Amino acid sequence: MIEVEELTKRYGTTIAVDHLSFTVRPGHVTGFLGPNGAGKSTTLRLVLGLNTPTGGAVTVDGRPFAERARGLRHIGALLDAHDVHGGRTARAHLSMLTAGNGLPRRRVAEVLAEVGLSEAAGRRIGGFSLGMKQRLGIAAALLGDPPVLLFDEPLNGLDPEGVLWVRGLFRRLADEGRTVLVSSHLMREMEQTAEDLVVIGRGRLIAAESLGDFAARATGRRVSVRTPDAGALPSLLAAEGAAVRAEPDGSYTVTGLPAERIGELAFAHGVRLHELSPKVASLEEAFIELTADSVEFTTSTGAV
Amino acid sequence: MNTDTATNTGIDTEAGMDTATAAPQARFRHLLAAEWIKFWSLRSTALVLVAGALTTFGICVNAARVNADRLAHQAELPPEPPSGKPPMPQMVYDPLGAAYVSPAWALLMIVVAALGASVVFGEYTSGLIRTTFAAVPARRAVVAAKVTVVGAVTLVLGAAVSGSSFGVTQAILRDHYGMSLTDPGALRAVTASALLLPLCALIGMTVGALIRHAAGAVVSVIGLLILVPQFFAGERYRWVAETGNAMPLTAWDRLVLNPGRDYDLGKYPLTVTEAWCVYGAWAAAAVAVAVLVVGRRDV
Repeated sequence: MIEVEELTKRYGTTIAVDHLSFTVRPGHVTGFLGPNGAGKSTTLRLVLGLNTPTGGAVTVDGRPFAERARGLRHIGALLDAHDVHGGRTARAHLSMLTAGNGLPRRRVAEVLAEVGLSEAAGRRIGGFSLGMKQRLGIAAALLGDPPVLLFDEPLNGLDPEGVLWVRGLFRRLADEGRTVLVSSHLMREMEQTAEDLVVIGRGRLIAAESLGDFAARATGRRVSVRTPDAGALPSLLAAEGAAVRAEPDGSYTVTGLPAERIGELAFAHGVRLHELSPKVASLEEAFIELTADSVEFTTSTGAV
Repeated sequence: MNTDTATNTGIDTEAGMDTATAAPQARFRHLLAAEWIKFWSLRSTALVLVAGALTTFGICVNAARVNADRLAHQAELPPEPPSGKPPMPQMVYDPLGAAYVSPAWALLMIVVAALGASVVFGEYTSGLIRTTFAAVPARRAVVAAKVTVVGAVTLVLGAAVSGSSFGVTQAILRDHYGMSLTDPGALRAVTASALLLPLCALIGMTVGALIRHAAGAVVSVIGLLILVPQFFAGERYRWVAETGNAMPLTAWDRLVLNPGRDYDLGKYPLTVTEAWCVYGAWAAAAVAVAVLVVGRRDV
């Protein structure tokens, strides 16, 4: 269980995390989503006590993690696969973590086997691919058999087989009753991995709910409209509070009004419609739409 | 809910929260073992230490050999001064200088200081520091373990180089006032040189923790240990001389000085006791600053 309360982190004048509150429950894989620069990594560092919050608090199983004398039994974390020294072998890297936490030495071989790196145990990490480093980071997170696991963008660099394996692993860890928090900036990665979602943008909470609730709330609100009487329709719909976007193919995408209402308005004003079709937005589209206001680095294309 | 459980049971031990997984006790020796593995698992470490030690030892032994050779073919006492000139102080050959050739030991100081710095900045520049502190949130204990391991290894190395350099050079110079450990100042010189290495390694670690950048840390620690004592060597102003006296290199120079020779200690001489105090103060300050900065900063 991770409890984040009014967590705030300021660097000079920029606010990386802004009064963030959410809870991550055990027994589920929770996706931690947000565009680049949303504050996901900063939040995870605050959870681990690596950074000190400007305000607010975060507890892991009831206590601030920084108060623990040893960490691996409480949280297994993969923040960045590059947070290793390239000059050491995989075995040496895991051995020193194992030794420092007083864990049995056999854990090194066990976790290496678990992530499929047994063959590479004696090789220096500097020569590892990103995917291998991700596996090593996951191995390190598993060393202490912890009740809480944090993974920051763990799918980066993994091949399709690795992605499937990681999804299965997360699923299993959650089924064992552990708290599993997995961050990503891609909704499609989370669609098949997470049951719960915590979505943030610009350091603020956007949504904290189950994937199903998020999907029901966020999708299916767009209607595609095609009309030969282009002049009248957009202002008509806009007056009703809808957002209208002209598409390159000559159609309009309307958000904020149901298809029935659009049809009635068109009929009442004598506007001919050639197409009136509700679009079920993908989760990815819904996610982009929800976080659109909070994207740190935005491109000009696709603006309304 | 979990907060309440933790508070109400009043359990403050590590094991309290982990009935299911039976957490092992948090022991300092575990951290020592971790830092020991960390220290030796980088191939360059042993290489750099052995190369530095052999170079210093070699230079000193060579100095003794060359001097023994020269002394075998010349008068032991300097010639009488020409008439009308004041008599020169009696400059009898000092064999202790061969065991502790200053530039050779300065080289070893640089080697261990750079190694000490790299042990710390290496964690920061690689990002390993986040993995380290996520695994062991008790940061001060980590720093203490690191200081202990690096200090112990460099102390053993210092004792080996100092002892062997003294033994071998004095044996070579046995016919030219070669000293034994029981001679005045001999044991002090051996001890001071043995301790010089862990002292420089600790200072290097602290500079590495402060600067957290490879080139910056190495350049700074070399400047601090080797150049600053030379900038503050003048005697015109007392504060300049006293600043120079407060540097580890100056203190070491004083401690390896042969009390059996008539050396001019200058206008503001450093006493032996003061020199030992300089050693102690730098070591204590280095550890304190390292613990403080590593414990506080975001990583």
